[in-house]
Amino acid sequence: MTSPQARREALAGTLFALPALALMLALLIAPLAALILLSLTDYRLGAVALRFVGFAHYAELFGDEVFRRALRNTLLYVALVLPGAVFGGLGLALLLRARRRSRPFYEVAYFLPVTATLVAMATVWQFMLHPALGPVSALLRGLGLGHVDLLNDPELALLTLALIGLWQLLGFNMVLFLAGLSAIPRELYEAAALDGARSGIDRFLRVTWPMLGPTTMFVTITSTITAFKVFDTVVVLTRGGPMGATETLLYVLYLEGFQYFRTGYAAAMTVVLLGFLVLLSLLQARTIERRVHYA
Amino acid sequence: MRRRLLPLLLSHAVLMAGAVAMLAPFAWMLLTSIRPAEEVFAAVFNPIPGRFAGAENYGQAWREGNLPRAMLNGVIVCAGILGVQLLAAIPAAYALARLRFPGRGVIFGLVLFGLCVPIQVPALPLYLALAEARLLDSYFALMAPFFLTVFGIFLFRQFFRTYPQEVLDAARLDGMGEFEIVWRLAAPAALPAIAAFSVFSVVAHWNDLYWPLIVITSREMATPPLGILAFRDAETGGNYGALMAGAALVTAPLVLAFLLARRAFLRGITLTGLR
Repeated sequence: MTSPQARREALAGTLFALPALALMLALLIAPLAALILLSLTDYRLGAVALRFVGFAHYAELFGDEVFRRALRNTLLYVALVLPGAVFGGLGLALLLRARRRSRPFYEVAYFLPVTATLVAMATVWQFMLHPALGPVSALLRGLGLGHVDLLNDPELALLTLALIGLWQLLGFNMVLFLAGLSAIPRELYEAAALDGARSGIDRFLRVTWPMLGPTTMFVTITSTITAFKVFDTVVVLTRGGPMGATETLLYVLYLEGFQYFRTGYAAAMTVVLLGFLVLLSLLQARTIERRVHYA
Repeated sequence: MRRRLLPLLLSHAVLMAGAVAMLAPFAWMLLTSIRPAEEVFAAVFNPIPGRFAGAENYGQAWREGNLPRAMLNGVIVCAGILGVQLLAAIPAAYALARLRFPGRGVIFGLVLFGLCVPIQVPALPLYLALAEARLLDSYFALMAPFFLTVFGIFLFRQFFRTYPQEVLDAARLDGMGEFEIVWRLAAPAALPAIAAFSVFSVVAHWNDLYWPLIVITSREMATPPLGILAFRDAETGGNYGALMAGAALVTAPLVLAFLLARRAFLRGITLTGLR
């Protein structure tokens, strides 16, 4: 290991990795350590002294009605978005796969919401859903559903946000599924046909669905994480209302940490959130590794 | 032939219905942005405005909304973030992929761990540190947390691993140093990956709300999402025509870029769901 080439390599490698390592220490490792320490104290922004409180914040968290409601809302939101995002994306990809000439048009149409600034588009949705001036409300009145105010109805507000979330996510998932579909070798379909898979449903169940396994897994986890982090639409459209019906985890975290400045408590909340996200991301990282390898 | 016509029509019908729902907000945004205020308030749902009011609506959004400044800030922040990301990530990724050096395994482990950590996690300590350093409400505050891109390092490393060893050996025999190899051989070869990553990075940071909402308080430092949010909240009279014009202005750069470079965007944004 002491050949000149090996020494040269070790020196160059260390130098190349150094800036990234420094950034990692400053932006990842140190903040994480500080976060865990903060979560054990009663620190508030601007406070002079701070007191060690152990796991009191964590205990408080699980009794906190606001946090529990935010957790419930977030999980409900994920449950509302996920089926449409995964199966909708898959269905669209299956329909679009066979289209040659019209494919670019549909790709653009479905992918546009992914690229567009969500905050700006949320203001458009707000206008579209305006009870008096919005075309969606007029449409619902025309269908005989009477006067509906989707964003101010505690029963409907979260569902409305979920539909907007789905609107934003669908094209993304469709493109992932299209990539997954194009990676399935044609011979498999021929082989399945020889084996007696005649109908489209047969071919789907025997070839497409099993071969899409990794893609479906990846899309499901990615969509879960995206939905779990719902924030922009809450800020723009409901601010957690009406009556807390759309208070989600990130929104509550934002309020505690950066509006009420209950830093220690917000730190504990972040650590719990990180736990959720690490769990999901560990699953995701495994699927990315596979995807990047075989892409 | 007739057996195939019906499924074809059906699939187009489904795809088209979905496309209409997807595009409806964009169409309504553009139509309202050229609609005079009196028509908006009369809740007239004619697709075509009775009078063209685009000039006044876009004019109002451009002059009163602080949007030009917000969009300029968006360009500066996105460029600054991407520049540092590439400068730090490319050599690190090359080192992780092709060079043997002490600590390589640990660093790669940290990269994998970092993939699980979104900005919301280090946000609180980073905010406190920036507040302590009196750096809140600045370009630096907007950019700094994103200088590190573990995802970029991960992606480029995958790419560099497939770079032919013979080329590297030949370059070394020719007396090329590792620094030259990274920037003159490996990085140009990784251009497709760099382009895809750049799209991903710019889209993410142009559209980001969470972090700018935390660190920015002044009107001058607003990013595009903050600019549109402030414009909406200031519009107490509720001139939706101008607000829609503002929304169109803020979304236009990325949407136009997407229409011009569809393939690059599809590749870049779907690289990952890690946003």
